[in-house]
Amino acid sequence: MDLPFYFGEEHLQVREMVREFARTEVAPVAKDLDRTSEFLWDNVAKMGPLGLLGVPWPEELGGAGMDQLSYYIVLHELAKVDASHALTVSAHTNLGTSPIVDFGTQAQRERYVPLLASGKVLGGFGLTEPGAGSDAGGTATTAVDKGDHYVLNGSKVFITHAGVGEIFSVTARTSPGPGHRGITSFIVTKDSVDLDRCRTLGVGHAEELPKTKGLRAGKKEDKMGWRSSDTRELILEDAIVPKENVLGTVGEGFVNFLKTLDAGRIGIAAVSLGIAEGAYGEALRYASVRKQFGQAIANFQGISFQLADMATEIQAGTHLLYHAAWLKQNGKPFKQEAAMAKLYCSELAMRVTTKAVQVFGGYGYTTDYPVERMMRDAKVCEIGEGTSEIQRIVIARNILASLEA
Amino acid sequence: MKIAVCIKRVPDMDLRFAIGAGGKALDPVGLKFDIADFDGYAVEAGLRLVESHGSGEVVVVSIGPTAVQETLRKALGMGAHRAIHLDAAEVPFDGMSIATALAAELKEGGYDLVLFGRMATDSANQTVGPMAAHLMGLPCVTAISKLDIANGRGTAERQLEGATETMEFPMPAVVTIDEGLGRPRLPSLKGIMAAKKKPLEVKPAQLGAANLTVDVIAFPPDRPPGRIIGEGADAVPELIRLLQTEAKVL
Ligand SMILES: Cc1cc2nc3c(=O)[nH]c(=O)nc-3n(C[C@H](O)[C@H](O)[C@H](O)COP(=O)(O)OP(=O)(O)OC[C@H]3O[C@@H](n4cnc5c(N)ncnc54)[C@H](O)[C@@H]3O)c2cc1C
Ligand SMILES: Cc1cc2nc3c(=O)[nH]c(=O)nc-3n(C[C@H](O)[C@H](O)[C@H](O)COP(=O)(O)OP(=O)(O)OC[C@H]3O[C@@H](n4cnc5c(N)ncnc54)[C@H](O)[C@@H]3O)c2cc1C
Repeated sequence: MDLPFYFGEEHLQVREMVREFARTEVAPVAKDLDRTSEFLWDNVAKMGPLGLLGVPWPEELGGAGMDQLSYYIVLHELAKVDASHALTVSAHTNLGTSPIVDFGTQAQRERYVPLLASGKVLGGFGLTEPGAGSDAGGTATTAVDKGDHYVLNGSKVFITHAGVGEIFSVTARTSPGPGHRGITSFIVTKDSVDLDRCRTLGVGHAEELPKTKGLRAGKKEDKMGWRSSDTRELILEDAIVPKENVLGTVGEGFVNFLKTLDAGRIGIAAVSLGIAEGAYGEALRYASVRKQFGQAIANFQGISFQLADMATEIQAGTHLLYHAAWLKQNGKPFKQEAAMAKLYCSELAMRVTTKAVQVFGGYGYTTDYPVERMMRDAKVCEIGEGTSEIQRIVIARNILASLEA
Repeated sequence: MKIAVCIKRVPDMDLRFAIGAGGKALDPVGLKFDIADFDGYAVEAGLRLVESHGSGEVVVVSIGPTAVQETLRKALGMGAHRAIHLDAAEVPFDGMSIATALAAELKEGGYDLVLFGRMATDSANQTVGPMAAHLMGLPCVTAISKLDIANGRGTAERQLEGATETMEFPMPAVVTIDEGLGRPRLPSLKGIMAAKKKPLEVKPAQLGAANLTVDVIAFPPDRPPGRIIGEGADAVPELIRLLQTEAKVL
């Protein structure tokens, strides 16, 4: 869709470039990376110079200086071909970099953002814990004030880029719980787990960056989808964090990461919609060439109606996504719309990819065609950065609050 | 070093396309346009030359309606320094008409090199580069796959059937580019942003007279459907007989 209301020529140029990149650099490697679960280092090295790892950040901070819409377009286009690539950009940009851009001091921004925005190193966000998933108020990681520094102890789980990344925002309790108060964000650093690879490629590692003593990556998850995205435990063991690395105000961590997650939801909506569109495109082409009963299966209403439903719902999802993105871009409240876009597009990705496998019949169930990978990649969109249930809670709270007003 | 690269905006011929109502041109509806393939290689070649010489400028030039500015801006996004749009409601088919307009613009421009793609991927005429060279009175090397410039002279390689030819030429010169000099780079996001601020000059195209016109474009006739004449070794004698008598390829 051309969406003239949202997209200018510059957006179309970004879209064109990312499409070309996805076609020539991502499509040929997506299947193998999924099978081996190897991290997509080679393409990280290519995406940095193209500006894809710092789309919305100002040029002074090493970013591409583009707008929010451009950023969501990048995720949307990459995900049409491979969700892991899109997710890598999303986790790095929104979860890894935006907290420092949005809540960091000038000194913190100047120190960390250029490394991240240029794609020199990867970033991540450590919020989830074994006992704190949907309920981040359950955060049990502790940060004890030792005068000029804090000592952090705890374990973060399911952290995207915990292994390959070097710069993280993590949350910890600076005063005892329970609940939301007393949670503070910190910037912590570690070496990439793939130092040899990083040195050969010249990306992924910053020698000059001082590393946090006591921070390390744990076990890598063996996942159903998003397999070439890096997901691991991030372990803080008597980690020594200087006070200058407190991100934002002490005790305000909770409020800040909720803002980060609101924006992240639009990103996951973009990834989800991309997966759906990728699978729909595959199904459409296949249905027009696969012959059974003497004709293309697209001629059977049982198939063509499924394609019609997919196309209609994708169009609806596109409007939800870019409407939420437009609200954010223009400084308007977007919390509810972001939750709606994430909820709808992630469930849409699951519906469409399931149908796409069905259209492919037995072939769709094999790794010879990409639709089974897309179906596996779609599922986690209903879980990460707030499950579908949590999105419904957010939306319900908002619409009920409007009654009281 | 000052390099001009002439680029054409062409439809992507890999997509399905239809012939327009008059039968003389493609139906523009649903076509996707981009820099012609070899012209993209020419832009890349120009950028690499300027980069390796540490200074200079790459000026991209295109003839056509306002839409060609989009194509010029893509080349600016790749790194070209400025653009010239030679405005014309339509791009004539006659290469001499186009070459006349380009020569008029480029002749006094002080260019060390004028680069073209080996041919435009839509019309496939391979004429505009050599014709423009003739009109400007410059030497012309066509379809090169390697290019070096040193001490005011150029060295180029051309791939012949089974052999490589190395040529030397004085500058200024016109060179048409084949693949092999390096795949055109993608415009980076910073490049796309910077392109908005780069100069894009619009002038009327001083097209020469067009003596050639397209009479008709037609699709090749449908191939007759295939025939299965049997299976396994038993079918071989009949297959050979038909290849000899019907297809006449043996
Ligand atoms: C691949 C991947 C990457 C991730 N990356 C990161 C990352 O980079 N950083 C990070 O911090 N986290 C990350 N996460 C964690 C992710 O955000 C959590 O998995 C998610 O928030 C859900 O938490 P949980 O897994 O503990 O599930 P739980 O919270 O235990 O939820 C289990 C089920 O209960 C439901 N549920 C919970 N509460 C309610 C309620 N009140 N009402 C109704 N239903 C409810 C949930 O919807 C879900 O269906 C990642 C996860 C995955 C799988
Ligand atoms: C794991 C696995 C194990 C298998 N084991 C065996 C086995 O042991 N022995 C064996 O013989 N086969 C086996 N099969 C093959 C299986 O039976 C076929 O995959 C199945 O019958 C579908 O055929 P197809 O894959 O060619 O899909 P297609 O027939 O090409 O169907 C593609 C899509 O078009 C739809 N479609 C087709 N015709 C119509 C129509 N007229 N109207 C509406 N929709 C239509 C189908 O429902 C499907 O959605 C196996 C397949 C798998 C995946």
